[in-house]
Amino acid sequence: MLAAFFRTPRKAASAAREYLPAALLLILLIAGWEAWVRAFDTKPYILPAPSRVWSAFLDVRSQIPGHARTTLVEALLGLTIGAGIGVTLAALLSAMPLLRRVLYPLLVISQTIPMVVLAPLLIAWFGFGMTPKIVVVALIAFFPIAVSTADALTGADREMVGLVRSMGAGRLQVLRYVLFPAALPAFFAGLKIAAAYAVAGAVIGEWVGASSGLGLFITRSQRAFRVDQIFVAVAFVAFASVALFAAVHVLSRLALPWMYAHEEESES
Amino acid sequence: MQAEGIELHRLSHVFTTRRQSVAALDGVDLSVAAGRFVSVVGPSGCGKSTILRILAGLLVPTAGEALVRGETASGRPGLVAYMPQKDLLLPWRRALANASLGAEIAGVPTRDARRRALELFGAFGLSGFEHSWPVQLSGGMRQRLALLRTFLIPSPVMLLDEPFGALDAITRRQMQQWLQQVLARESRTVLLVTHDVEEALVLSDEVYVMSPRPGRMAARVAVPFERPRQPGLVTAPAFVALKADLLAALDAGASSGSPCEPAV
Ligand SMILES: Nc1ncnc2c1ncn2[C@@H]1O[C@H](COP(=O)(O)OP(=O)(O)O)[C@@H](O)[C@H]1O
Ligand SMILES: [Mg+2]
Repeated sequence: MLAAFFRTPRKAASAAREYLPAALLLILLIAGWEAWVRAFDTKPYILPAPSRVWSAFLDVRSQIPGHARTTLVEALLGLTIGAGIGVTLAALLSAMPLLRRVLYPLLVISQTIPMVVLAPLLIAWFGFGMTPKIVVVALIAFFPIAVSTADALTGADREMVGLVRSMGAGRLQVLRYVLFPAALPAFFAGLKIAAAYAVAGAVIGEWVGASSGLGLFITRSQRAFRVDQIFVAVAFVAFASVALFAAVHVLSRLALPWMYAHEEESES
Repeated sequence: MQAEGIELHRLSHVFTTRRQSVAALDGVDLSVAAGRFVSVVGPSGCGKSTILRILAGLLVPTAGEALVRGETASGRPGLVAYMPQKDLLLPWRRALANASLGAEIAGVPTRDARRRALELFGAFGLSGFEHSWPVQLSGGMRQRLALLRTFLIPSPVMLLDEPFGALDAITRRQMQQWLQQVLARESRTVLLVTHDVEEALVLSDEVYVMSPRPGRMAARVAVPFERPRQPGLVTAPAFVALKADLLAALDAGASSGSPCEPAV
């Protein structure tokens, strides 16, 4: 996906240069971790060495894809629904100042409820299937999207609105020509934050009770004291989160070409 | 009354904010006949932009009447082609799409609006930049694009708010010449607002002088020279004399009005 995005070799090269330090640091940390475990002979149920995590991965390789698929589907559906709710709320909040004053504090309060408290309740309400997990992700995802989009909508340039109104634009046209594009960068900023938390949110939902998913895999590994397997699952959660974040980043670049105009090469 | 032009009758406006109220306009009378080019000069803060915002339907005046082509303009946007003081190009639209914005909002099919805009890119000195983003344009080009956008709004009445205010003196003079050429191709009824006396004289059939806040019309001067005017006109004795008259009217207005920000 990233390869397709960095179309030209020059872009690929500059991307490699950009991400090289992060990759080096990651390799260094893993090497240090391996060395630490070997030097101090740390027990594998306390902290398994990366090499042991790798062999655990080879053992459970066949189980991972099914669990990962469940978790990813929950994360993606939750993110999509959360984004839909976030945008709808943002539109309502910015259009109705009274609603904004009434609803905004409630929204903030909704974010203070710990998900580990809410997740068992959701299972009691929605059962053991995917639904309660999707609800958890949507509850985490809608908030940053609603807040940043609502702020961008209310903060949109009044003079630009005046300009299109002077051209005879009605409410819907003002939305289409000014408010919507003006709020798009903030929407994507919120979506990025939500995407970074979505997979972890799905795992929390699964933790409490599930029939499939990385969260379930972690619970089972915990009961078996297989800390190395837990690390395998954590690595997959991290990988999926980074991939989702990167996908949203690519999407935002495609949707906001004008934000990157200064990088645009001369017209062909 | 000119049914096709602009009419202001005893126009007054008071801005009321939480802390204070500011009288911006006080009984302004003005008329622009169809096809004429009229300017309003006055110091900063005397209410020039306020007049145009009322005529653009964005502001409802506290008293008086504002008519565009015989219709009440206050609270009724969409009657005029309005160019605000800032260029207000939409950053998310390429140059061509910015130019055709007004026509598209007025319901002209996008393809037709863009084709018509494309035809005029050359005349507005913008050819080659049709697909640039606004951030990629120079100050002069942005102003020309904003002017082109105003031109393509399907209304014969144009309101220009210091269209060249952000430009250096050299570019500004070029743009004045060039605006005259554009208007010679296609006549419009224009009300231009500026704090530059020479600009007003070069471009207009008639110049109104405003006093400092609260804005009143202090004088009205007819400019007898044939349009379009040559660049050399500004040094002709008759032009210089007229400019002196206008400056004197501005100074007289300044001493009669309340103290206010100095003219830029
Ligand atoms: N929205 C507003 N609220 C309060 N005061 C305003 C507002 N707009 C303009 N004013 C005041 O009205 C006066 C006239 O403003 P304006 O028409 O912009 O002047 P000009 O264009 O001649 O510089 C100024 O003193 C300005 O401070
Ligand atoms: Mg002004």
